[in-house]
Amino acid sequence: MATEATAVKTSARRKQRTKLQETWRRLKKNHWSMGGLILIVLLGLVAIFAEQIAPYGYNEQDYMNMLQGPSRQNLLGTDNLGRDVFSRIIHGSRLSLSIGFITTAIGLSVGGFLGALAAFYGGRIDNLIMRFMDVILAIPGFIFAIALVTALGPSLTNLMIAVGINTIPYFARIIRSSVMSTKENEFVEAARVIGSSDLWIIFKHLIPNSLAPILVQATLRIGDTIIIASGLSFLGLGAQPPLPEWGALLSAGRGYLRVAWWMATFPGIAIMITVLAFNLLGDGLRDALDPRLKN
Amino acid sequence: MFRYIAKRLISMVPVLIGVTFVVFAIMYFTPGDPATLLLGEEAPQAEVERMRERMGLNDPFLVQYGNFLLGLVQLDLGLSLTTGRPVFNEIMNRLPATIRLAGAAILVAILIGVTAGIIASTRQYTIYDGGAMFIALLGVSMPNFWLGLMMILVFSVFWNNTFGYVLFPSSGFGTLRHLVMPAIVLGTAHAAFITRITRSSMLEVLRQDYIRTARSKGLSNRIVVYVHALRNALMPVVTMAGLRFGVLLGGSVVTEQIFAIPGMGRLLVESVRSQNYTLVQGIILTYAIIFSLVNLAVDLLYAAIDPRIKVQYK
Repeated sequence: MATEATAVKTSARRKQRTKLQETWRRLKKNHWSMGGLILIVLLGLVAIFAEQIAPYGYNEQDYMNMLQGPSRQNLLGTDNLGRDVFSRIIHGSRLSLSIGFITTAIGLSVGGFLGALAAFYGGRIDNLIMRFMDVILAIPGFIFAIALVTALGPSLTNLMIAVGINTIPYFARIIRSSVMSTKENEFVEAARVIGSSDLWIIFKHLIPNSLAPILVQATLRIGDTIIIASGLSFLGLGAQPPLPEWGALLSAGRGYLRVAWWMATFPGIAIMITVLAFNLLGDGLRDALDPRLKN
Repeated sequence: MFRYIAKRLISMVPVLIGVTFVVFAIMYFTPGDPATLLLGEEAPQAEVERMRERMGLNDPFLVQYGNFLLGLVQLDLGLSLTTGRPVFNEIMNRLPATIRLAGAAILVAILIGVTAGIIASTRQYTIYDGGAMFIALLGVSMPNFWLGLMMILVFSVFWNNTFGYVLFPSSGFGTLRHLVMPAIVLGTAHAAFITRITRSSMLEVLRQDYIRTARSKGLSNRIVVYVHALRNALMPVVTMAGLRFGVLLGGSVVTEQIFAIPGMGRLLVESVRSQNYTLVQGIILTYAIIFSLVNLAVDLLYAAIDPRIKVQYK
């Protein structure tokens, strides 16, 4: 009996792995997505080794060297306090990437849980949860985030909470529809028969089976949340000075647009490259996981 | 058709009531006392207390919410905490600029997006297709406030330094020349998004049997693409563009900020900074209502394009 169970388990696991390998094989053929993936890895390395890469500290001021254009000493110029723009962008990568990942993680965990509950129990619970999601979606996301930051007060943490809450409905909807279609499978009934609890079935059987759409949605959401978060920082509602969050850098550069174009130009390029990388990977994943395109 | 419109209008009501509740609750739990904000920090305690009583701030939460809803149906959104004028009037002063900007942006987005999408799909795998898709990808990855600053840099600052005059003014509102840059800045992300859906939707439709039939009847390529394919291909485009209109509304807040446009978004940011909660509350509700109305319009447009919906509600 025990050996039979392990046999079933290993064969199931092997099948899972081949599905993953199959996705990876198809993803590898897509040069654009691989480019995106490589970029994301590079950005991650930059964020981890920011201290080593950046020639100056992010708040290292030099009053003899203010608003200087790009040069050998300051690759991307200096800002109004003589700080090295290149170093600030490098340090900022930590903030912007964490914002992207943490907000998406908030949306994914809360939204995923709510969506799974809604689909699993159906009826009144489903109605209650999903109507609440409709309400959140009826308020334009960026504006809802402004309302939340107003209530919580402007800071980096509150920014992440506000933008994270914003992404909840998207994950709730996706996981709901995915769980709806998998919960009718026989293995769910089997799990119930052997006495698994509802939560166990949801977390152990239903959510892992919805991994493909979650992965695509999460990858594309990270790019979106980085843009929303930097927009809030741009309005002064997110990261506060002297933190080198990219949106905040742009906001500071706006005041010096006429005298120091580099202050606003380069942080924007950093945001664009990062978001582009996640979009490229997300598009590729969607195609690789789309059963209709399988051949 | 009338029954369809009525049904959609009625289904909007519970969602909007939910929105009023969420927005009211957020502002209710925001720290800061509206009565103190209205009267100023130096006002005597007794005065503040009287004001609190008059504004109904001492009532229980649900009573306050009920009064808020009652006011809302009479278009009374309370008083602005900084000027003391009705919130409704303050919003109405700023609404036209926002609508003009959003309208111009969506026009730019549809014109560029649908055209580029058609070109890309009818010339799949050519350099036109690749180029359009790459630019569209850049467009969805670019923060619009950065694009705005770059356009100001090029068309106002550099242009002025080189040619001695400003091509497009970087701030102010009123003339068409003032509207060009903001509309492009706000419309770009949407245009990129529409390009991407138009292309994939067109590609799907162009593979259908009825398209082959149309071609084999000997119809010209132009008629097949623009008459037979486009009408069906536009349906998902209309739906998705409507759903994403919220992103455009959000973007208008930042765009108004950059180009100093006296719209609702600028008022929102000012009110957040001055802790003018009644005004923040009113503005957010107005945005949600605009968004819902746009989605209603999209649904109606959808019914107009798709005869099957009309038949259902005969």
